[in-house]
Amino acid sequence: MRLEPIKNPSLARSFVPPLIALTATVVIASLLAMVAGANPFSVFGLILKGAFGSKFSILETLNRATPLIFTGLAAAVAFRAKFWNIGAEAQLYAGALMTVVLGTGMLAWPSFAILPVLALMAILAGAIMLLVPALLKTRFGVDEVVTTLLFNFIFLLFISMLLEGPLKDPMGMGWPKSARLIPEARLPRIVDGLRLHWGFALALLSAIGIWIIQTRSTLGYEMRAVGLNKQAAAFAGIPVNTVLVKTALLSGGLAALAGFSEVAGLKGSLTLDLSPGFGYTGIIVAMLALLHPLGVIVAALFVAGIFVGADSMSRAADVPTYLADIMLATALLLMVLAIMLTRFRVVRD
Amino acid sequence: MATTKVEALSLNAITKTFGELTANDAVSFSVHQGEVVALLGENGAGKTTLMNILFGQYTADSGSVAVFGQTLPPGNSREALNAGVGMVHQHFTLADNLTVQENITLGSRPLLSPRLGRSAARAKIIALSERFHLAVSPDARVGSLTVGERQRVEILKALYRDVRVLILDEPTAVLTPQETDDLFATLRLAIADGLSIIFISHKLHEVMAIADRVVVLRHGKVTGGARTQDTDTKALAAMMMGVEAVPPQVAPANPGAALMELQGVSTPDVGNAPGLRDVTLALRAGQIIGLAGVSGNGQAALADVVGGLRAAAAGQVVLNGAPVQSWSPRTAVRSGIARIPEDRHKTGTIGDFDLTENAILERYKTAEFSTAGWLNWRKSRDFAEGIISKYDVRCPGADTPIRLLSGGNMQKLILGRVLEAGPQIILANQPVRGLDIGAVNYVHSQLLAARDRGAAVLLISEDLDEVMALSDVIHVIADGRLSPGFERGSMTPAQLGVWMAGQGFDKEMAHAS
Repeated sequence: MRLEPIKNPSLARSFVPPLIALTATVVIASLLAMVAGANPFSVFGLILKGAFGSKFSILETLNRATPLIFTGLAAAVAFRAKFWNIGAEAQLYAGALMTVVLGTGMLAWPSFAILPVLALMAILAGAIMLLVPALLKTRFGVDEVVTTLLFNFIFLLFISMLLEGPLKDPMGMGWPKSARLIPEARLPRIVDGLRLHWGFALALLSAIGIWIIQTRSTLGYEMRAVGLNKQAAAFAGIPVNTVLVKTALLSGGLAALAGFSEVAGLKGSLTLDLSPGFGYTGIIVAMLALLHPLGVIVAALFVAGIFVGADSMSRAADVPTYLADIMLATALLLMVLAIMLTRFRVVRD
Repeated sequence: MATTKVEALSLNAITKTFGELTANDAVSFSVHQGEVVALLGENGAGKTTLMNILFGQYTADSGSVAVFGQTLPPGNSREALNAGVGMVHQHFTLADNLTVQENITLGSRPLLSPRLGRSAARAKIIALSERFHLAVSPDARVGSLTVGERQRVEILKALYRDVRVLILDEPTAVLTPQETDDLFATLRLAIADGLSIIFISHKLHEVMAIADRVVVLRHGKVTGGARTQDTDTKALAAMMMGVEAVPPQVAPANPGAALMELQGVSTPDVGNAPGLRDVTLALRAGQIIGLAGVSGNGQAALADVVGGLRAAAAGQVVLNGAPVQSWSPRTAVRSGIARIPEDRHKTGTIGDFDLTENAILERYKTAEFSTAGWLNWRKSRDFAEGIISKYDVRCPGADTPIRLLSGGNMQKLILGRVLEAGPQIILANQPVRGLDIGAVNYVHSQLLAARDRGAAVLLISEDLDEVMALSDVIHVIADGRLSPGFERGSMTPAQLGVWMAGQGFDKEMAHAS
């Protein structure tokens, strides 16, 4: 069997494979649900209901989507320039760390003053996290996949050390967690009484902002040019290395906002389980969105919906929540395959 | 040679439409065994589409392809390969990191087979390369081969698969005259062996030299055909373009002040490619300087230095009387240097960018196209549309990805991009490589017009005819060294050939000592 590129793909070819991929995901998940002894129809009904069935569940899904929008944007921005940032997890924690260091009493300002400063400092922390791999890449040609990935482990252990030591909350009953943010440093809820904080609005604005930057600004133009054809970009006078460093700073800053928004909007303090892999899931979100910033919003809602829905389904139908992970992994693999099939045809020998 | 009557390949009333466009309109022709048929046509005449149909990449709307009397199933390249149709593309399809033998055998065996059969394959490759004078080592890594050698690998690959009909797409576009002669010798041996060849080219004298018969394609239709012995290049050109092609007239030059000078410039070698060795060169207003030389003798280094991609390791670059300080592509563009790169696809354009985005590639940061970091797409689009109409770029619109354009139209966009800024210095590196006659004459007349309005032009080309036709002064480059300048008409091709082989330099040295 071989793959042959299709020069002028038809409309059907662009839409049918992704639809088949989604259908196949559902079928595979159904089989697994049956193995677990549940009725697949009720499982999907429960997932849907758990994710979007009530006001509470919708808000829960939006809350869960918030960090995924940020990390999805971080991956989408970097991948567009072919800078493979796998380290959104570390950058997320860098943003969270900066937020608790400054927000637990060091700066005692009113909300309107402290929140923008905390956000900006978090962005700075994430950007600096990614500056090192970016410079290693542009100066010495060190592969950023390796450096950013390994930074995740180093930085998580570093956070663990801080939480056991200098940052440990004296009132925390011995748990490895930081002190709580001062009330002024907490992101308020968008509507009183509804459990949805302004971090979600910030995520939406960031997605729109990135979209505008990519399509309208010279920086976005440079990032796309470098991603598509580095050699032609360099010939035309685009400073490729500078663009890569700027891309890295932007990407790292976006991932750090996920950490800021989780700490200031939801948790109130820093723990080691702040992120259940949001940095890695952001890559899935970005790929499902085909790296489009607005698509990231939709993809993040989809992924968050599956997670939240699977949680409540698991309680009701006694099927392990791992089903959610399997569904996402299957959806991603099949979607990547489907995207390939929109551009190539398989020829049997 | 007397052609046998066996029909190796026949195309019967092939029609293919893309939306509104009819790329092929009832095209029929045939090739006999042991015959060379040249397929001539301007860019966009439908040659590539036709070859893609023949090769099973596209499915024709109607019509059929038959090889030795057997009709091929449409849209199946594997069947075409099995029937003995082979193609050598203009852009080679070789894996740089594999050896010659691995490249040749790649895909000719099932992916999972217990036996590799390496020694048998090796013996066959060596036998073929001896029989057809295709000298290349089976163990050499393709990445280390010259362009001419890579082409030999492509041809060997086809012969290894026992092709009976070989399609060559612009095979001489990348070759020196000497290599072209070698290629033709190989092809003649293969023809004598019964191979049939479809030869796609724009170089009419080569078509006359190798082909038995010519088929002319224009606007998707077969508009003419002739046996080469009954026709001449002029008649062919007229058939191809619909009118007689008139090469641009060259008026005497009126050289002015030196706008750019290289003074004793040296650059280090890069891999196998020589750098410059103590090169001194002045580009004068109103003059075309031609750089002749065999491929890979320092042309790339010189183009890089002039274009801002490489700095001089020794010596200096002087612009308008002042030595340049920091030298980069952007400073080169800002200093008014128009750069037409050697490779349109890899360095000249970004394939997935549309025409507008490609048009502003060098100057998106100027006040004309952006303000405070925000692009002005309306002005950019107007600029691109201006180029499209002024330079006759044939395309569906400014928002078309440029990779969908033919080479000639791509080059016209690049020309427009650099010439619209009214440049004082023009670096044209292989500006007409792979273009058809219409586009060649167009590019040449644009370069001459720029000269006549006072621009300094540096023309780098491996086609000696082109250099001699256009240049007011010719320098020869050999192993990174630059010959003295020769005035138009002062040297014969043979005399220049001596310098190209690197021999004139030694005499000069001996003279000096």
